[in-house]
Amino acid sequence: MLFEVTLSGVTLGGMYALVAMGLTLQYGVARIMNLSYGELLIAAAFAALWFYSGLAINPLIGLVVVPPIAFALSYAIYRILVQPLVSRAKTRDALEVDSILATFGLLFVIQGVMLALFGGAYFSYSFLAVPLKIAGATVAANRLLALLLAVAIGLGLYLGLTRTRIGTAVRAVAVDPVAAQLVAIDVRTASALAFALGGALVAAAGVLVSMFLTFNANLGVVFTLKALVVVIMGGVGNLLGALIAGLILGLVENYVAVFVDPGLTLAATYAIFLLVLLVRPQGILGRSSR
Amino acid sequence: MSGREMLGIALAAVAVAVLACVPLMLGDYGLSLAINIVSYTVLATAWSLFSGPTRYVSLATVAFFGIGAYTTAVFVESLAWPLVLLIATAVSIVVAAIVGLSTLRLSGVYFVIFSFGLAELVRQLVTWFEVNKTRTLGRYVFADITAAQIYWQLLALAVLVFAIGFWIGRSRLGLALRAIGDDETVARHSGIDATRAKVALFVLSTVFMTLTGAIMAPRWTYIDPAIAFNPVISFTVLIMALLGGVHRLYGPVLGVVPLALLFEYLLARFPNHFSIMVGLVFIVIVYLIPRGIAGLVEGAVRKPA
Repeated sequence: MLFEVTLSGVTLGGMYALVAMGLTLQYGVARIMNLSYGELLIAAAFAALWFYSGLAINPLIGLVVVPPIAFALSYAIYRILVQPLVSRAKTRDALEVDSILATFGLLFVIQGVMLALFGGAYFSYSFLAVPLKIAGATVAANRLLALLLAVAIGLGLYLGLTRTRIGTAVRAVAVDPVAAQLVAIDVRTASALAFALGGALVAAAGVLVSMFLTFNANLGVVFTLKALVVVIMGGVGNLLGALIAGLILGLVENYVAVFVDPGLTLAATYAIFLLVLLVRPQGILGRSSR
Repeated sequence: MSGREMLGIALAAVAVAVLACVPLMLGDYGLSLAINIVSYTVLATAWSLFSGPTRYVSLATVAFFGIGAYTTAVFVESLAWPLVLLIATAVSIVVAAIVGLSTLRLSGVYFVIFSFGLAELVRQLVTWFEVNKTRTLGRYVFADITAAQIYWQLLALAVLVFAIGFWIGRSRLGLALRAIGDDETVARHSGIDATRAKVALFVLSTVFMTLTGAIMAPRWTYIDPAIAFNPVISFTVLIMALLGGVHRLYGPVLGVVPLALLFEYLLARFPNHFSIMVGLVFIVIVYLIPRGIAGLVEGAVRKPA
């Protein structure tokens, strides 16, 4: 029983980690606090649903098609909506406030579009819903597949950021955008790239989540919230921290849901968040100064 | 007190007297519109009381509004009305103090995120409590309170929030808050207890939001967590305050009146696309009118000089 709950907690936590990695790119590198982030996840989930039940296209193909679209969309959002705010902002704090406000508006627009298209009902589809036995515990095949794909994507991202020139440039901007300019890094392009990459990641997570969770048009906010909590817990801009914090959150949520009460999962999330804020506000792996 | 301020106070008194007669002049529809406008005036002014000088964007308005509404729903049949309002105030002070003390010491973004989720958290806790302990989801609010009485209570609350805002603007607390908003490090070095000032103001501002919710609850007759903690309320208050301008006490009202009328029209005309429309209005305001109507007016007045 405990092993089974732990296993499903790890699959959920892996999903949170993937979602949070995208947000940590957007907030840590591009310095944009994107409150409409989770809406993109739900939009991708709806796209996968439509592919599967409308066009009979496998979600795994959806996983190849949807993230590039989300990449292009996020890039456009950055260039059109965010860039004017970056040019207008005098300080980083001012940019933070402006981006929070603008993406808060965007949240309602995207959510409104999805509500108009799909209504407020819950959706799910049945893909690979067969039980697998692993060391005596039962886990659904789609959950396990989603976890493995999430690990693969996360690993790919990590290698891309640490082993390539562009990845190194993106990390340099995360550390210090002013100093990055001195070594001939185009901060604007790197920021736009990181923002778009974050969008692609959350869309990939959306397709994966749609394989094993029921979702509706209002759920985006919850994912944004959890991603934010994970990002802050792990330390802003820190991929490894996001992974650890994501796993912690997934495990705790599952334990609380099974052993305490399913209605109290969000309260548990908040309790951990408050604890981290009080004890270690820079995050588990964060640096002490901002 | 200068002559100009005396004139302002006299004008405000006349305006309140005229507004107090509104229920006697308007029909049911007009009165419900007026209640809407006054309640949003209190919410938006209370919001900018805290968020204006400190520049902390609070997305938690509806958490407190809902707490107020639920307090009324639970106690209105068993307790006297003033006692209900007193309980609502006490609950909001406790919640706001906990939230404020744990997040306001840190950088602004933690507060934004926490306030963003606070309404969702309170909603889930209330839902959990109702389902597990009282075994009902949703309550009827039967109170012997007429629409006109609700309007007068809200108007009194509006007068109070303006009076307190006016007083804060002239007090040491107001000066301290403006200093914190300009540069917190400098403010701390000049001996201001920044955390205490911020928490005090946050608590004060949420008390008004909670009271608005408590007073408004009898309007609905039936409430459940989804109605009482509807995030659109937080969002609406935020846009109204921004459109009006948060750096002046009278600013939010300038945003409340046009937007309340616009939303009334949009809700009747496009009920299924309301959220898209509101989102677009919001984005337009953030990009084109960042300093609000109050800022535009002041800019226009100053330019010729």
